[in-house]
Amino acid sequence: MSDGTAIMAERAIAITPELVEEHGLSGQEYEQIVEILGREPTFPELGVFSAMWSEHCGYKNSRPLLRTLPTEGPLVIQGPGENAGVIDGGEGWAVAFKMESHNHPSAVEPYQGAATGSGGILRDVFTMGARPIAVFDSLRFGSLDSARSRYLLDGVVRGVGDYGNCVGIPTVGGEAVFDPVYEKNPLVNVMCVGVLRKEGLIRGTAEGIGNPVMAVGASTGRDGIHGATFASAELDDAAMDRRPQVQVGDPFTEKLLLEASLELIERDLLLGIQDMGAAGLTSSATEMAARSGNGIEIDIDLVPTREPGMTPYEILLSESQERMLLVARPEAEDTVREVLNKWDLHAATIGRVTDDGLFRVRQGPDVVVEIPVIPLVDECPTYTRDGIEDPAIVELRNADLSRYSSLESDDEASRALLTLLDSPTIASRRWIYEQYDTSVQTNTAVGPGSDAAVLRLGDTTRGIAAAVDGNGRYVYLEPRPGGQIAVAEAARNVACCGARPVAITNCLNFGNPLGPAVYYQLSEAVGGIGEACRALETPVTGGNVSLYNETPSGPIYPTPVIGMIGILESIDDRVPSYFQRPDTDVLLIGRTREEIGASEYLAACHGKVAGPPPQIDLDEAARLVEFLVGAARAGLSLSAHDCSDGGLAVALAECAILATGGPLGLEASVESEASVAATLFGESQSRVVMSCDSGDTDALIALAQKHDLAVARLGTVRKAKDRFVVSTGERTIDLAPGDMRDVYDAALPRRMQSQLGLTG
Amino acid sequence: MKIGIVRFPGSNCDEDCHRAVSEVLQGEATFLWHKTHDLQDADVIILPGGFSYGDYLRAGAIARFSPIMREVIEFANGGGPVLGVCNGFQVLCEARLLPGALMRNQDLRFHCHPVRVRVEHTDTPFTSAYEAGRVLTMPIAHGEGQFVAQADTLRDLEESRRVIFRYVDASGEPTAEANPNGSANNIAGICSAGRNVVGLMPHPERAVSELLSSEDGIGVFRSALAAGVGAGG
Repeated sequence: MSDGTAIMAERAIAITPELVEEHGLSGQEYEQIVEILGREPTFPELGVFSAMWSEHCGYKNSRPLLRTLPTEGPLVIQGPGENAGVIDGGEGWAVAFKMESHNHPSAVEPYQGAATGSGGILRDVFTMGARPIAVFDSLRFGSLDSARSRYLLDGVVRGVGDYGNCVGIPTVGGEAVFDPVYEKNPLVNVMCVGVLRKEGLIRGTAEGIGNPVMAVGASTGRDGIHGATFASAELDDAAMDRRPQVQVGDPFTEKLLLEASLELIERDLLLGIQDMGAAGLTSSATEMAARSGNGIEIDIDLVPTREPGMTPYEILLSESQERMLLVARPEAEDTVREVLNKWDLHAATIGRVTDDGLFRVRQGPDVVVEIPVIPLVDECPTYTRDGIEDPAIVELRNADLSRYSSLESDDEASRALLTLLDSPTIASRRWIYEQYDTSVQTNTAVGPGSDAAVLRLGDTTRGIAAAVDGNGRYVYLEPRPGGQIAVAEAARNVACCGARPVAITNCLNFGNPLGPAVYYQLSEAVGGIGEACRALETPVTGGNVSLYNETPSGPIYPTPVIGMIGILESIDDRVPSYFQRPDTDVLLIGRTREEIGASEYLAACHGKVAGPPPQIDLDEAARLVEFLVGAARAGLSLSAHDCSDGGLAVALAECAILATGGPLGLEASVESEASVAATLFGESQSRVVMSCDSGDTDALIALAQKHDLAVARLGTVRKAKDRFVVSTGERTIDLAPGDMRDVYDAALPRRMQSQLGLTG
Repeated sequence: MKIGIVRFPGSNCDEDCHRAVSEVLQGEATFLWHKTHDLQDADVIILPGGFSYGDYLRAGAIARFSPIMREVIEFANGGGPVLGVCNGFQVLCEARLLPGALMRNQDLRFHCHPVRVRVEHTDTPFTSAYEAGRVLTMPIAHGEGQFVAQADTLRDLEESRRVIFRYVDASGEPTAEANPNGSANNIAGICSAGRNVVGLMPHPERAVSELLSSEDGIGVFRSALAAGVGAGG
């Protein structure tokens, strides 16, 4: 059955310093391995350590920083360290959620890279016993003027879409940001949200000595070997030759696995279950063993393979998709097999739980791997480095921006707004999200295109609101407030819909942490995230770190992406993002400061990335959340929309363009002590545009003041035939709502027209 | 009176159809497993949307050979009411219970958004609760929804009043802009010669409550429940 030649050849491989280096391990780390084992490792053992001690699995450069994040709170049922985080959603329901990156695979093979990223995160959620109900994608690409970026966007959107659409999980929200720094290193972060009854929660543990360990789903092939290590190195030109390291997704098998897993869990046949994700069988087996303090023994010849002659090294490190590892109840093995047969899936018992705390892999009579589990999984060497900010960035931050603070004429003000509405980072994402099934499962009360998506929670009248957010430019120019803002903006988005933000997951996309400048960004940004999470009482329940996002032309912007979950006590309290009808009042909550640094206005209208990002008062951010939730519950607001990219003018324009029933006019005047450019296009934080019936205006203003928030009545929503007029006293933007809509809607399709509709 | 919803491997609108019948209309609905030959005495059969067998090879091409399809075809040929939504419509075409075929959308992209369809005829088991000419708003979600047929088949469908749903604009006109996938004659749904088998691409089960932004799809299920009673089920 097995090709003895390859296997014998593998056994003869000598461990040289070059081989150790090729496996991404330092000499010191190798010495630690020898010490743990009390001998030299075998070749498969070296592969196992390489994968488990990669950044992707072992968090060797980020773990000390991540330990500073708050992870506990009254609603947290499962914090970091499991397949997904779980929070209490109320009325006996829990919400499982997690975000993960698939950046490197997507850079090389966008369609399959994105598809398998979606597949992995779905499995992380349903292995907690939760039914996935929504997917969110947070994407970064280079400028769409580049053919490569268009190809990547097209492939990634098809990949996310085809996978989720086929499995039947709606993709209901996300973000897409375009900047030349992501040209060769796009970011593809996908969050999945699932729901479960609290008593149905299951974890990835290997309980009960002697219990069967079963491999189910797809068989193991040679694809994706060393994907975890690939994800933990920079993307050089040679990386394009790594297509074979990108796995291929099969959403149909995923759908069967999903249904079968939930049936197994519901019938209480399992003790533990885990996705074979990054580092495949190795990570799933060892992590499950580590969580229970047990060992696992596997006979490699029992693992179903796609081709003969696969060596232990290959089988242990394959990242073939749609595979799971189960620990079944001892008496339930046959029933488990029956359920899997019903769903046309294979199951093979490949080993047993042991009491010796060892990860032992046999091949017939021979032991090819024998490693103590705890040192392998929990004692990955970690590094705390000294971070030093790059002086060039300090200089950029301190640049004099005064010449950009004025607008020459009314016409320039109007044109600047149109330029921003045409910016792919701001413009309508419809071209993307209409390729996603957004309504399957009939839970979607608010779909993509709003501040947050709102879904019903199980059979209750409660709602889940969720959003993903991050602004790499802010973090690049000043990482600590950048990290704070990522959390605060995600919270604001969820709160605009009327939900109370309760917990986050995150993806930390950064460059090579071995450089002091990147390490500085990472440590400062994580510090900022932690501060904001504490202030907003939204603990971190898990996440993912993607480092080495670097190409020969340099690192990406440091881009932490936050996935925020909020809960609505009544889904009927949900608040739309945009204007509802003419003759209603428009209010601005929050204070506009002299802040145009790091703005989309500077980037889109002046080609400039400079200045400090807006600063954020976290106490004010928390009061704003309380106000928004209170206003929604009291039914005072007709709409609430966060001011973010493009500032107040863009927020007002979006409220008018995306008004229910079609674009509406607006008559508004803004008073501010800030310059005209900062007033219209600055991105001062903790600001929200609201509309309300004029009879509710006083109550809404009083409520804002009660929360010690600045509030101003800007004007009135007008009819569709009226103009969109925003005046600062100094300058007036005056446009037809229909014209703004045309620009906003056409921005992405116009640029993507050249991309042929062929599957990537 | 019972509605049977077939569950193929890869069906993913089965639960939504069940919810539309059982929660919204308090009707009786049951799932029918594809590996069986048992219709469980259902009075009406629904083939739901999704990606049966991953839509590998061609949408609906493999599902058509599922064991239960033998009974579904017999049931349809005996005059039993059968509804195919989206992938279900594709399966009905593959099974030759409905004419024509559903090809990749004209622009080769998946589309999911609300569309307007006009109810052309109400003398089917799935449109009796509507008035003819009424314009409904329901979402589509498909990559292969471009209805095509030979010219004489199309002519026959039109002449025998078998085009049941047509994509239209806000004023109820079947314009090119209102056609999301390039379907011939803006066809969104058709029925069999016996009028008991209906297939449509839009998802009525996703338009059954204010929460889902439209209640226009309820009539399809209300008609079905009435049809079952009429059939003496």
